[in-house]
Amino acid sequence: MQPLLKVQGLNKSFCTRAGVFKRKHARVLQDISFSVGHGETLAIIGETGSGKSTLARVLAGADYSDKGQILLDGDTIEDDGIRCDECRHIRLIFQDPTRSLNPGLTIGDMLDDCLRLNTELTKAQRDKKIKHTLTRVGLLTEHFEYYPHMFSGGQLQRVALARALILDPKVVVLDEALSSLDPSVRAQTVNLLLELQRDTGLSYVLITHHLSLVKHMSDQLLVLNKGKVVEYGDTLSIFATPKSRVMQRLLNV
Amino acid sequence: MAKFSLFSEESNRSPLSRLWRKFKSNHPALVGLWVFVALTLLAITAPFIAPYGINQQHGDALLLPPSWHELGDVRFILGTDDLGRDVLSRLMNGATFTFGLSIIAALVTTLIGVILGTFAGISKGFRSSLLNHVLDITLSIPSLLLAIIIIAVLGPGLLNTVWAIIFALLPQHVHSVRNLVVEELNKDYISAFRLDGASKWQILTRGVLPNIYEHIVVIFTMALSTAILDIAALGFLKLGAQPPTTEWGAILAENLSLIYLAPWTVGLPGVLLFIAVLSTNLVGDGLRQVLKGRKVD
Repeated sequence: MQPLLKVQGLNKSFCTRAGVFKRKHARVLQDISFSVGHGETLAIIGETGSGKSTLARVLAGADYSDKGQILLDGDTIEDDGIRCDECRHIRLIFQDPTRSLNPGLTIGDMLDDCLRLNTELTKAQRDKKIKHTLTRVGLLTEHFEYYPHMFSGGQLQRVALARALILDPKVVVLDEALSSLDPSVRAQTVNLLLELQRDTGLSYVLITHHLSLVKHMSDQLLVLNKGKVVEYGDTLSIFATPKSRVMQRLLNV
Repeated sequence: MAKFSLFSEESNRSPLSRLWRKFKSNHPALVGLWVFVALTLLAITAPFIAPYGINQQHGDALLLPPSWHELGDVRFILGTDDLGRDVLSRLMNGATFTFGLSIIAALVTTLIGVILGTFAGISKGFRSSLLNHVLDITLSIPSLLLAIIIIAVLGPGLLNTVWAIIFALLPQHVHSVRNLVVEELNKDYISAFRLDGASKWQILTRGVLPNIYEHIVVIFTMALSTAILDIAALGFLKLGAQPPTTEWGAILAENLSLIYLAPWTVGLPGVLLFIAVLSTNLVGDGLRQVLKGRKVD
């Protein structure tokens, strides 16, 4: 079967100014390739600065790669840094929901903006969809009128999830989205995510530090180190027999 | 009085109404706001409610002290000057020039500053650094000095003063708005909004401006207090409003020779200037404190 999301030879480097005319290139992603199937979860782990977040941003379209292709359902959506798709099929959830939601707009307005910019729905249809999405992530329809500052951290992450889901994406990229939550709320959110995956066949790209979470949620695992893929394969088999030094150190074997 | 509240008020308030609730608890700032509103109303209605015309001379009442003084006359509550003109009427009309024109100058400055600052904020590379460095040069010159230089080119007069003050205040404005916009554009929710498919214009109007307008109001109040002082100072130096225009600084300069003979003709415009600047600064300071508190929670 054809994978849903396919990434081939992704490269990305940042340019930093080292002197007046000298520029330093820092390669943060080197030849990253992987694929994610329908309803599957790919976990990406690695040290701080290994390029995880950059990969997430490139996947979601917040940043552009220098070289390489991203294919969604067989269509090329990014080719050597030129993106030709709208943003609605791959959605990114940021690490800190308190900073990724506009403090000046109500939740309803924010979700309405998403729909207004990407769909042709009428006002009534949009309202219905927003209310439906809010209940789906375990919020109340009354939260429509609320401002982000009135929510707790866990609820905010649900709002962020609602924002990602409202456009019916195929892939959701979670950039450390569960790390800032306390354990019980995290467990709730994880269950919610898995439930949504069962119901709608969503695929997740999960970027995290938590090994137990990786074991619990993901089907495949990709280990990044200094922008390179050091290990890629089935989660359980990697946990059972880690081949790379990085993974062995992470697992303490 | 109920001992406890039976119905808790829903805290379903917009950021703006939260701002106002916090501002209300700061009493000096609230008093400043009332004085500010009163002065604004006075600036608008002064020509209609002043008891006498500004150049109406009363030959029988020269240099009368204020009416509570034993030599005073109740017809002239704040006394008269050496030409027999009513000080109260002149000061009321002065609000229109000093305070009203300052507000207009500050408003125009803010408007142009926001437009240019936003443009500078969203532009990148050479254009942005050119704009920045040119502005940095003008920032090193004090606004009053810059205004005097501009007056020297345009020639004295009230309208030229307003233009001079607008131009003199503009660099700081553009600079601060630019910093606000750049700071805001780097936040996560802007990139989230961009990922939603928002255009540059939508990012500015829905994302950036609703979150910095309070800061713009603070900048406006600072510009206003500077504008009041500058208009009065230029009037005092005879570079701005020319007598018999009743601009407070010009009244001060006109009556300076009477300071021993009739101190009220000099003291009262000074007191009014003080009140105008103080109320503006109180409002600005109150707003700034509220904004600082909002960042904490």
